[in-house]
Amino acid sequence: MNKLQKPIFEKSRKGKIGYSFSPTEFSDDLITIDKKKLREDIKDFPQLSEVEVVRHYTNLAQLNHSVDSGFYPLGSCTMKYNPKINEKIANFEEFSTHPYSPHKFVEGNLEIITTFEEWLKKITAMAAFTLTPSAGAHGEITGMMIIKKYLSSKGDPRKTILIPDSAHGTNPSSAHFAGYEIIEIPSNKDGIIDVETLKEYLNEDVAALMMTNPNTLGIFEKNICKISEMLHKNGSLLYMDGANMNAFMGIARPGDLGVDVLHLNLHKTFSTPHGGGGPGSGPVGVASYLIKYLPTPIVYKKDNNYFVKYHEEKSIGRVKNFYGNFLVIVKALTYLMSIGKEYIRKVAEDAVLNANYIRKSLEPFLELPYKSKTLHEVVFSDNNLNVTTLDIAKSLLDYGIHPFTIYFPLIVHGAMMIEPTETESKETIDEFIDVMKKILEKAKNDPEYIKGAPYTTPVSRLDEVLAARKHILKWENLGE
Amino acid sequence: MRYFPLTDSEREEIKNFLEIKDTKELFSDIPKDKSYYSMNDIPSALTEDQLLKKFRELAKKNKYSNYLSFLGAGSYNHFIPEVVNYLISKGELSTPYTPYQAEVSQGSLQGMFEYQTMITMLTGMDVSNSSLYDGGTAAAEGVLLALRKSKKNRILIASNLHPEYIEIIHTYIQNLNFEAEFIEFDKETGKIDLNQLKEKTDENCGGFIFQSPNFLGVIEETKTISDITHSKEIFSIQVTAEAMSLAFLTPAAENGVDIIVGEAQSFGIPIGFGGPYLGFIGAKKDFLRQMPGRIVGQTVDTKGRKGYVLTLSTREQHIKREKATSNICSNQALCALRAAIYLSTMGQKGLKEISKTNHLNTAYFVKEVSKLSNINIKYKKDFYNEVVLEIKNNKVEDFIAKLEEKNIIAGVPLKYFYSDFENSILINFTEIHKKKDIDKLINAIGETE
Amino acid sequence: MNLDDFKFTKEHEWVKVEGDIGIIGISDFAQKEFGDIVYVELPLVGKKVKKGDACANIESVKAVDDIYTPISGEIIEVNEELENNPENINKDPNGKGWIIKIKIEDKKEIENLMNNNQYDDFLNGIS
Repeated sequence: MNKLQKPIFEKSRKGKIGYSFSPTEFSDDLITIDKKKLREDIKDFPQLSEVEVVRHYTNLAQLNHSVDSGFYPLGSCTMKYNPKINEKIANFEEFSTHPYSPHKFVEGNLEIITTFEEWLKKITAMAAFTLTPSAGAHGEITGMMIIKKYLSSKGDPRKTILIPDSAHGTNPSSAHFAGYEIIEIPSNKDGIIDVETLKEYLNEDVAALMMTNPNTLGIFEKNICKISEMLHKNGSLLYMDGANMNAFMGIARPGDLGVDVLHLNLHKTFSTPHGGGGPGSGPVGVASYLIKYLPTPIVYKKDNNYFVKYHEEKSIGRVKNFYGNFLVIVKALTYLMSIGKEYIRKVAEDAVLNANYIRKSLEPFLELPYKSKTLHEVVFSDNNLNVTTLDIAKSLLDYGIHPFTIYFPLIVHGAMMIEPTETESKETIDEFIDVMKKILEKAKNDPEYIKGAPYTTPVSRLDEVLAARKHILKWENLGE
Repeated sequence: MRYFPLTDSEREEIKNFLEIKDTKELFSDIPKDKSYYSMNDIPSALTEDQLLKKFRELAKKNKYSNYLSFLGAGSYNHFIPEVVNYLISKGELSTPYTPYQAEVSQGSLQGMFEYQTMITMLTGMDVSNSSLYDGGTAAAEGVLLALRKSKKNRILIASNLHPEYIEIIHTYIQNLNFEAEFIEFDKETGKIDLNQLKEKTDENCGGFIFQSPNFLGVIEETKTISDITHSKEIFSIQVTAEAMSLAFLTPAAENGVDIIVGEAQSFGIPIGFGGPYLGFIGAKKDFLRQMPGRIVGQTVDTKGRKGYVLTLSTREQHIKREKATSNICSNQALCALRAAIYLSTMGQKGLKEISKTNHLNTAYFVKEVSKLSNINIKYKKDFYNEVVLEIKNNKVEDFIAKLEEKNIIAGVPLKYFYSDFENSILINFTEIHKKKDIDKLINAIGETE
Repeated sequence: MNLDDFKFTKEHEWVKVEGDIGIIGISDFAQKEFGDIVYVELPLVGKKVKKGDACANIESVKAVDDIYTPISGEIIEVNEELENNPENINKDPNGKGWIIKIKIEDKKEIENLMNNNQYDDFLNGIS
């Protein structure tokens, strides 16, 4: 059932009750605050019965496509299956303690944090991690600040960060908020960073290169070791955006490839649910000479006891309240423990098999701008089509398939970034390939139909221009 | 394994189609000497029953739930209706990603639109966004927003802001050539020293950021503060760490506040050892184009039906890149949805009742415990649901230890944050605490005499 | 519309001289590239600009870009109608969609710009 719902405020009726809680035991006489500082009623605030609340959100849920309901090949998002045992374990009441609890009462939680850090160290060969950043972008800014603090402590903070033209928007944005200027470095015709090109861009102002590996074209930056050497010789560092770690987790380790600072996305590679846009978690790993700059608090184990350091002389300081998104970390740890050494390699192997299967199947029908080896995601362009990438994406919706990432990376015209992940069956992928062929065929004969899609979704194409010109950013009671 | 739908024969099929013999060939771009490393030190996979056993053992190592806790200080243990847990566990709400394809994301988008609305109703502000990471980073975003809008580079910070929030603001602004100056609080009243505020405010500042109720639990003179800042044409930025207070105290907008930021964990989000939580922001409409984060707007589809989309994206990193108003991409969307469901369930009446109960429980404690002579409540008026308890005849460590023997975690020792509060603790009361719990605490305190 | 007295820049701005005032806008090509314009950030009247300075900011749903003044001088008027009707730039980029008016400091700056025919050739070169 795809029933559009009125705003919840319009379902509200005076006097309805949705909650049940024991009444207050004390009289209003005890109030010690001046009456002038107390608010009156919250105007137009919802008043619904529990039944109506459940119906409202159940119906809203049914309007969504989700990983649980179907194929969701968003490139660079790694929309893999979210295991349900992760949810059950993260919901154990015993884990949901107050963050200021004395440490002796939460040793289980401190062990979870240190155990997860150990797993990440083994998988990435980085020397230490902070688990506090809340998201990939948060990890990026943390990593940039670590680099700045390190270089500043050597008396040479430097001014610029090199960022490839294929980078995700958070990269330059994070570097900017860490106080750096951004210099864009072009990818070569193979879609990767060229050693010769890098030579031209390296100078004494460069603090670091921010590299996504594999990059947003799904191509492994095969010059990474040489690039790391060149950077180090220049007194610069190598930052790796690990959003695409699903492509080679278990196959190779960033620490072995010369990476100095790395962030990971637990809500991508590590299976925690995307939640409609969060919460995520963006742990940052560093090489050993950078450990002292990691943000506080620092949780560590010594002789079977757990300790937390809240202040550390050279640390960049705190980036997040308390310990980070702890319950997200619990889910990621459950995931790693469920796949273990037997299956951790299979993640990348199946992800890359699936992506290459899609690539070879669609190559006869779509332009592939970069012919290098594909890892976990493939990027096609809409050149030479008589419909746009947007039209194709909207047509996919009518088949119950969530579109791939569109118009990113910017260096490909009408980019279609397709990442199937390892948790899709061959049947699902065959269906996707079939549907794409159908859409492209229809586009040749009846482009107008394709341009009018979607036809079967709860709403049709929405007027984004109107939304941006005439802002309605909250519900208002227009009745009175 | 259950998370890998491909069968071995399907893998062979695909390899044949790709004309390769070995999966390793797909990874040939990775330096050979650095790939396919040894897996020896990685633990073996656990089955579902083994996982449950393992984590139950870990859970047993936590003793916290054996104690009656009065810990607050930015994380508040409130009642969460079962409906919230049930609805948020739906895969259709928890497993999609950012709603870029609006036609198949109306559930998430409408949920966020309604959340934004509820935040504006509670704060009286014109606009909100669809979440930030937490109270501390929201405070930092509030500072950056004020500095961006005012085009100034100095911020005044109340010294009784949550110490972690101060740390985070400092981490963010230290790299950006912004300066911060503190306005001290009066130790006698627990409130911001308004004279100092008047003196130090000048047109070179972008704003003054303060917390109410502040870290010591005291409600600030918000209207007066806003008047002072506005008289010098700088912004008034309020922080709220205990969102439940929004349902009890006059809304920020009525007190002249320009930007309100804070922590909304109190709205249906478990204390969860500190995360994930929910940062929120509300502001006057002049700030709209400078707002950080995702914003959902209402529009129509080709058939004229009402629908929702992410809007004003040109502020954000995926379009403006290094010129974006914030680098935030993924936020805390599911937590915001949790909050919306909580607020819808509690409703007007529930929220008002429960927010009042928080205060009444605290007031009862203050009234009764004041009869004891071995302690002193430092700020006896203008508290919401947290108070500072000075311990007179004991060292704070001994006091806490004695209460732990009675299975009580009394509060957060303030010596970790303020050097002249060596012998005080911060105690929080929510609706979870019953009269008998509060009496138990009072008796235990009495017995430390 | 007769564009004979319009001069164009390589960044797709145009300037039309009326006495000692230069009217500035963006070309039809530019408005097409933007797509539906949703917001225009106008500068303050009285601001003094140098040739090449960013003087206004245009937003569409998916893009945002600065407009650079082809001439130096003081901004004496801004097209306030664009606040509520930014789409005027799309509908009539050379007329109602004008953006700012500048008191010209140095007429020589205009001489090096392209006339309408030269601009068309330039566009043909890049398409």
